[in-house]
Amino acid sequence: MKRPVLTTLLTLLLATALPALADRMPLPANTPTSFKDECGSCHMAFQPALLSATDWQRTMASLKDHFGTDATLDPKTEQEIGAFLQRNAGNAWKLGAGGEPPRITRTERFIRKHREVAPRYWSDPRIKTAANCESCHKGAAQGNFSEHDIAIRELRR
Amino acid sequence: MRALPALCLLLASTAGYAETPQQIRQTYVAEATAQQAGFAPSAKRGEAFFRQRFTISDKMPGCTSCHTDNPMQAGQHAVTGKSIRPLAVAANTERISDPAKVEKWFGRNCKEVVGRACTPGEKADFVAFVSEVR
Repeated sequence: MKRPVLTTLLTLLLATALPALADRMPLPANTPTSFKDECGSCHMAFQPALLSATDWQRTMASLKDHFGTDATLDPKTEQEIGAFLQRNAGNAWKLGAGGEPPRITRTERFIRKHREVAPRYWSDPRIKTAANCESCHKGAAQGNFSEHDIAIRELRR
Repeated sequence: MRALPALCLLLASTAGYAETPQQIRQTYVAEATAQQAGFAPSAKRGEAFFRQRFTISDKMPGCTSCHTDNPMQAGQHAVTGKSIRPLAVAANTERISDPAKVEKWFGRNCKEVVGRACTPGEKADFVAFVSEVR
C-alpha cells in the first residue's frame, strides 16, 4: 500500500526538481583561470555547455575578429581554453547550431527559452544586448538561469 | 625555522609579481626616453588622451565609452554591458599592478579605440593619470 504513494511522491518530486536542474549550469570545477580572465573580462565567462563543440571550435578559430574585437590569445592560452571548451561543450542536438559567427543567442535552445521576452526588452538600456545574461539572470555567472528570480520585475514569472 | 627560506622566497615572488604603478610607469618612461630624449610623463596629457574622441570605432569612440567620464567610477562595456571596475588606482588597487595585463589592455584597447598601437609616451602619460587621479 505504501509503495505506490512513495513512487508517486518521488515522481512528483523529480518532475518539479528537473526543470530547476536544467536551469542550473555552473562552470565546471576545473575551469582554467585563463578562461575566466580572458573570456570573462569583456563579457560573462559563458558556460561551455551553452554552445556545441563545433560552434566553440569556430569561435576559437576566429578570435582575430571576435564580434568586431581582436581577442587573439597567446598559443598556450588559446590551446588551454580551446581544450576546456571542447571537453565541456553542450549537446549539439539539444542546443541547435549558433549560426555564423556562432552566437549563444542564436541557438534554438536559447530562442525557445526566451520566446516570451518581447523584442523591446532586448534593446532596453538595462539589458543592452541578449548576450548580457547577468542583466536579467543575476546569478548567471554562478550558473543560475532560473526564470523565477529574474532581476527585471516586468519579466519575472 | 625550516620554513623560513621558503617563506622568504614566496614573499619575494609575490612582491615580484605585484608591481607598483610607479614601477610600471618607469618602464614606459624608459621606453619613451629611448625614443625621445628628456621625455617626462604628464598626468595632464594622460587625462587629455583619456578624454579624447577618436574616429575609429562607432561604439567606442574613446576610453570614456566604457570607463565613463570619471575613472573613479565603475564602467560598463559599451557592447556587452559587462560591468568594469574603476580605472583609477585610488578606487581599485588591482589596477596597474601586473605589467602583462597592462600591456594586454593597451594592446587591445589602443587598436580598437585609437586605431593603432599606443606609443610608450602615451602609455606613460596614461599610467601617470590613472595612478594619480583621485
